[in-house]
Formats: sequence, C-alpha cells, structure tokens
Amino acid sequence: MTYAAQRDAHVPHATIDAPKDYLHITHTVKSWLLSTDHKRIGILYLISITGFFFVGAVAAGLLRLSLVVPDGSIFTNDTYNKLFTIHGVVMVWFFMIPSIPATFGNFLLPIMIGAKDLAFPKLNTTSWYVFMTGALFAMLSVLFGGIDTGWTFYAPLSTAFSNTYVSLALVGVIVVGFSSILTGLNFIVTVHTMRAPGMTWFRMPIFVWTMYAVSMIFLLATPVITMALILLVMERTFKIGVFDPALGGDPVLFEHLFWFYSHPAVYIMVLPGMGVISEIVPAFARKKLFGYKFVAYASIGLATITFFVWGHHMFVNGQSDYASVTFSFLSFAVAVPSAVKVYNWTATIHKGTLVLDTPMVYAMGYIGLFVIGGLTGLFLATLSIDEHVHDTYFVVAHFHYIMVGGTVLAFLGGLHYWWPKFTGRMYNEAWGRISAVLMFVGFNVTFAPQFILGYLGMPRRYHVYPAEFQLMNIMSSAGATILAFAYVFPFVYLLYSLWFGKKAPDNPWDAKGLEWMTTSPPPLHNFIKPPVVDFEAYDYAARVPEA
Amino acid sequence: MFGHALDIWPAAASANAVETDHLIIAFTVLTVLLTAPIFIGFTWFAIRYRRGVKADRRHGEVRSSAIEMTWMIGPFLLTLFFFAWGAQMFMRDKTLPAGGLQIDAIGRQWMWKFQHPGGQSEINDLHVPVGENVTMHMISQDVIHAFYIPSLRIQMDVLPDRYTNLWFKANRTGSYHLFCSEYCGTDHSVMGGTITVMEPAAYQQWLGASGSDMSLASAGEALFQSYGCSGCHQGQSTVRAPSLVGLYGKPVPLEDGRTVVADDSYIRDKILNPNNNLIAGYKQVMPAFKGVIAEDDLLRLVAYIKSTGVRAPM
Ligand code: HEM
Ligand SMILES: [Cu+2]
Repeated sequence: MTYAAQRDAHVPHATIDAPKDYLHITHTVKSWLLSTDHKRIGILYLISITGFFFVGAVAAGLLRLSLVVPDGSIFTNDTYNKLFTIHGVVMVWFFMIPSIPATFGNFLLPIMIGAKDLAFPKLNTTSWYVFMTGALFAMLSVLFGGIDTGWTFYAPLSTAFSNTYVSLALVGVIVVGFSSILTGLNFIVTVHTMRAPGMTWFRMPIFVWTMYAVSMIFLLATPVITMALILLVMERTFKIGVFDPALGGDPVLFEHLFWFYSHPAVYIMVLPGMGVISEIVPAFARKKLFGYKFVAYASIGLATITFFVWGHHMFVNGQSDYASVTFSFLSFAVAVPSAVKVYNWTATIHKGTLVLDTPMVYAMGYIGLFVIGGLTGLFLATLSIDEHVHDTYFVVAHFHYIMVGGTVLAFLGGLHYWWPKFTGRMYNEAWGRISAVLMFVGFNVTFAPQFILGYLGMPRRYHVYPAEFQLMNIMSSAGATILAFAYVFPFVYLLYSLWFGKKAPDNPWDAKGLEWMTTSPPPLHNFIKPPVVDFEAYDYAARVPEA
Repeated sequence: MFGHALDIWPAAASANAVETDHLIIAFTVLTVLLTAPIFIGFTWFAIRYRRGVKADRRHGEVRSSAIEMTWMIGPFLLTLFFFAWGAQMFMRDKTLPAGGLQIDAIGRQWMWKFQHPGGQSEINDLHVPVGENVTMHMISQDVIHAFYIPSLRIQMDVLPDRYTNLWFKANRTGSYHLFCSEYCGTDHSVMGGTITVMEPAAYQQWLGASGSDMSLASAGEALFQSYGCSGCHQGQSTVRAPSLVGLYGKPVPLEDGRTVVADDSYIRDKILNPNNNLIAGYKQVMPAFKGVIAEDDLLRLVAYIKSTGVRAPM
C-alpha cells in the first residue's frame, strides 16, 4: 500500500483495481491529437517545446561557433543576425514561456489539487493547436530565409528597415500569445472551482501557487504585447505612423509597450521554476518547506510588482531621469525579495534528511545559477552600472543565468522528478546525476566569462569584435560544447528509459502531494475515487532523530 | 593598441569610469557576503544531513516571521546604499555641464559622423581634448543606435527624430573603442571606431590639420541663405516672420497660449514641420522642409541660430 493510503482511508488506494492509465487507454495518433485529457495535452506540449528547444540550441551552437574568431569570417553578418534572432525568438516564445506552465502545469495542476481535469478541457486542446499554429508561422519565416530584427523587434528597424519576413514571425508570436491567454484563463478557473474537498488555498502546493500567479501575468500582460505587435504589423503593412518617426510615430513608445509585457514575462519564466524547486527541495530533504505561507504570498506579490519595473530596460534611451531613478528603486524592491527566497530553500534543508538524487542535484544547480542571475540583475538595476553594461555581454550573461538557470535547470529537475509519474518508467540514476553536474559545469564555463566580456565593453549582438575579446569568447564557446553534451545526454537516456527503464512505483521518492497518491502513470480521471484532503502541503513527518 | 588579450578589466579614462569601478567592486563584495551563507549553508547541510548520516534532526517551527523579515529587510536596506550611489552618479552624468565643447554626432546605418564646432567633420573616428567637458549632441538618421565608450563607462541611445546628449570629461590621453551598442541591422557590429583623447594643444593642432573652411555656424549661415530662410527671417523686418537673432534658449509664446523654450529640438522641428507649435502673432506661411534638409545641415542651421547672440529681452 502507498504511504498515503495507509495513513488515510479517504485517499484512494491506487493499486487496488487499477484502471488503465492515461497512456494505455487508447493508442491511436488521433486519440492523442484530439485528446482533451490535460495529461496527454501536457505531453504534447512537452514534445513540441523539446523540439523547439533543439532548434534554438542549434542556433546557439552556431552563434558560439562563429564567435570563436573575432573577424566574423565564419558567417556573414546577415547570417549571424538571423541566427541570434531565431535563437531568441524560439527560446523565448516557443520554449521558455510555455515550458513549465504548459507541460508540468497542464499535467500536474489538476492532479495536485485533486481535480479530474482542467475546467475547460476542450479549450485546453484548442490552446495547443493555437500554439502550434503560431509556431508554424514563425518556422515558415525561418524557412523563407529568416528574420534579422532580434527577438525584441525594435521599431523602426523592424518596421521600415528590415526586408525579411518580419510580419510572418510577428503573426506567429501574436498567435502564440493567445495560447498563453487561454492556458492562463483555464488555470485560474480550475484553481478557483475544482479543488478537491479539503484542499484549501493554504494546502495547495507552491507549484500550484506559482501556476496561479503566472496565469495572472498571462492574462494581464499578454494582451499588451499582442496589441503592440499588431500595431507593428499594421505599421509595416499600411505605414500608419505609430512607431516610425518618419511617419510621425515614436520608436520609444514601442519600447514601453514591449517591456511592459516582456519584463513580467521574465517572471513567467522565473516563478514556475521557483514552484518546481519548492516541490523538489522538501521532497529530497524530507522536511516541510520553510516559510510555506511566505513563499505563497511572495509568488503573488512578485507577479504584481513585476508590472512596475519595465522602465529599467530603458535607462539610456532618453526617458526622463526621474523615471529612471524610480524604476531603479522599484527594481531593487522586486529583486531583493526574489533573490532572498533562496534563503527559504536553504533553511528547508537544515536538519532535513537529504537524498542527493537527480532532481535534487538539478535543484542545487538551479539555486547556484539563480542566485548569480538574480544578483547580477541588481547590478543592472543600479543606474550608473547599467549605463556601462547595458546592451553588453554582461546582460547576455545575466539573462542566461536567470533563464537557463531559472527555467531550464528547474525544467530538467522537474522533468526528472515527475518522469516516473508521466511515463511510468525510471531512468538510470547515475546518468541523471552526471547530466546534472555536467550541465552546471558547462553552464558556468559558458556564461561566467561573459560577465567579464560585458564589463570589458563587448556589446551584445556583435558578430565582429576587437581581438582582445577573443580569449573570453573561446572559453565561452568551449563551455557551450560541454553544455551541448549536457543537453543531449538526458534526452538520450530519458528516451531509452521509455522502453528499457524499470517500471516506476507510484511514489518512487516517497514524496508528499496528491500526484504521488495515484498510480504511475495516472488513470484517465487522475484518481479512482475523488480524494479528500485532510493534510497540509509538504506533510513530511518530523523525523525521529537518528542520533 | 587597445591592450592585451589577458586584460580582464577595461581601461579607465575618466574619473567617472574609476568611480563606476569602485561602485561595482564594492557591490560585488556585498553580494558575496550576502550569498556566502547560501553557498556555504547549502553545501554544509547537504553533507551534514545526508540520509544515513547521524545528526541531530530535531527541529521546532518550520516558519519564523522574525527570521524571514530579517533576511528580507536586511539585504534590502544594505543594497539601497548602492541604489543611492548609482542614482547619484547617474544624475550627475545626465546633468549637462554649462559650456565646454559640443560635438555633434549623427548615427546612421552603419557609421558615425561627427562634427566639431569649427566645421571639421570625421567618420567613425573621434578626437577630443583631455581634461575638458565634452558634450555629445546626437541624433540618428534612420533606426535607433547607441553611442558607447567603454573606457568612459557611458552610453546613450541615439534616436531618430530626437536629440539626445551625453557628456564626459576624459582625464587620460590615449585611444579607446567606440561602439554602437543598440542593434541596428546588418553591420551593427562594425559600426564603431576609435576615440582619441589628446592633449589640448595636440587637439588644436589636429583641428588645424583637418581644417575646414567654415565653422558649423558660418556653414549654417550659408545654408540659411541658400535654403531661402533669410528671405523671411532676415534682419529687423519682422513683418512676415520673427527674427531668429538670439532666439536660441528663449521662451516662445504660442498661438494656443502655451510657451516653449527654443531649444535644438524645437528649432529642428519648426524647420521640418512648421505647422506644429504655431507662434502667437504670426500667420503660418513657412514651407515644410521635411525630406528636404538633411540631419547634418539641420545641425548647421541650429548652430547658426545659436550663434546669433542674445536677443534683447522681450
Ligand atoms: C547552449 C546554450 C546556449 C548558448 C551557447 C547560447 C548562446 C547565445 C548567444 C551567443 C547569444 C547571442 C548573444 C548576442 O550576440 O547578443 C544568445 C542570445 C540569446 N539567448 Fe542564448 N544560448 C544558449 C541557451 C539559451 C537558452 C536555453 C535560452 C532560453 C531558454 C536562451 C535565450 C537567449 C535569448 C533570449 C537571447 C537574446 C537573443 C537576442 O539578442 O535577440 N539561450 N544566446
Ligand atoms: Cu548602430
């Protein structure tokens, strides 16, 4: 019997009368493509974003290859520009933003609150189709020869001076935005209306809290970028004069609209990562999350104040100096609490019973990278430092620490944590740990030199650069090679586990949370009997001292 | 000429650069102090409380408001010192000094064009005197660019249709990089050159050697004639149009009751789009020069108007 069933008769005992799990009920391609089961849709997203991740990663590899020499002799300037644009566009809009919410959120949110499915299952299927349609447009623009505006699409470069397929890519991003909105809406309604009896707000796992917070950002911020990008397409097509000064427009207006979305978007990337880590750390320390309520409130708080700091992307663009000082101050007010959240995880493992399995190793790597990414963000929020390192490699290093550290490591940690639940199979533990360590090392070798490069003054999006920057660039590219292995490796052994892995038990980590109280993989409606929740989140029993 | 591959710190050619370095070093020290507990704590706990290791694991509350408030507010207050330091430096950087040397810069895909007040112009290279306040007065002809000099630790966006400024006082002679730091299209990464900081005497010599027949202002005066501005604005005959003598920097009363100060932007805009900001007491008959007069000629015209002395108070 599972631990939960032993302790509480209300919780269904999954292994009795186990019905067919969601993977095995039907097998046809159609049953997957038309599925309204949140779990299957989560898996569809997982497959799609993995594909996009590799597209983005190949572009990154080529960028790093090209930067080994300072004179730009490997590609033309145009090719380089198209590579970093597609890398940015794909990584931001087709990997990072949907990554944790659309995969783990879809799969786990209903299970974690004891629901049968999301509130609007058909809408959920629709949102995957919307996502794929948007991606199709963006991929077409690449096939037709690429775009060279950078993922930020600043006007008037993107409206009046680029003759690549900008509108096609923009339509892709606009369409993908609707998929975010639909997902966010679905999550919010689900959390409000579908919680199992006894699942009060303060019994929800932090992961659910962060999904809820992220959904608010999806709903409130996405319409702004949608509007801004639609205006951009209209400007390109009809020359309406919103952003192009030659037509009486204002290019700085676009920057405001863009960052009003794109700064909160950083928290779309960061909060889910925090959610995943807040599940993993207690599970592998066998201890309740330190300051649970505080972390829950902080997630909502961060999602709110992140709307007030967009101006820190524009300290040197001619905005009013007093506005800059205000945005700088507000950025400190957001950055400090998010950075010190890691103290909670540290306090959680204090006096715990630590198991350093793969998810935990990833989580530790995450914490290291996230701390560095977060604190260098404070440097950027400091006005006179930003005046020097704005738009240099310092920024590139910072956002990779936050995005790769904060999203990719959390994503992979979560993937290893919930893999047995998703697939019913175990992967090879030793390989898992090696991949996590490799990724941490490769990551630091790749991106740490870029802080130095940036402070030395190498601007970002530079294909040709002065020769004295070469050494750091070579180090960075060498690191990227390690990193490339670290990405391919889990891909290989996780796929391998699907056929050859050991069958996973229902609760391989002996973890808490409703998702571990059902079978691996779960049945169609998640639970055999609807669960009743009479326990707190992270209900790890205080251990009898071993001493 | 720019140092060696092994340098991990950029040259500092101004007091501002040195202070920026102090700021970032001090801030780094603080962040190391704040993060040390995390890195040390995590490693130490991970070893000490591993499963199978004997340790005292009795714990009380898993939540403590007092501790949480301390580690939220403590670091916040400590970092605020750096916010204030950075903001104060920034405001100083943004407050243009009175007087000094003004150099005009025009950014365009993909080169920088600089104009010294004496009319000397250069492309991608920039010569400035050491120890003197230099104000860069900048505008773009097409997309957004940004003017960046790492050894002075300053950069500023260069926008189309709008002047932005940046000032510095270099205190070390030498040659330093000059970059475009805002992505501006195909040749963005080669849009840059060298700034050479020279002894004042050497700068004067350089100005003489790359001499030009006419200062910016007198070139502007010639343009003022050739574009036909003088036909209406010349001399004391204010019948058709206001005299522009001494206009620069003065308040101008508008038709709708507002008043604007006649700065560079106002004058440039009035030349290009005279139908904006109608002036009180005059019939708008001036033709629009949008698309007719190029950015560098606009700079010359403004320089000329600026040079026409002080108008008697109205
Ligand atoms: C193998 C790991 C990676 C390497 C080697 C790498 C490398 C690079 C390089 C060389 C650039 C161009 C920098 C420039 O010239 O400004 C870049 C930009 C960028 N990267 Fe990565 N990257 C990696 C992974 C990622 C991941 C995983 C993400 C997101 C999840 C990401 C997001 C971005 C973004 C948003 C940009 C900005 C693109 C732009 O400036 O338009 N990168 N990366
Ligand atoms: Cu440029």
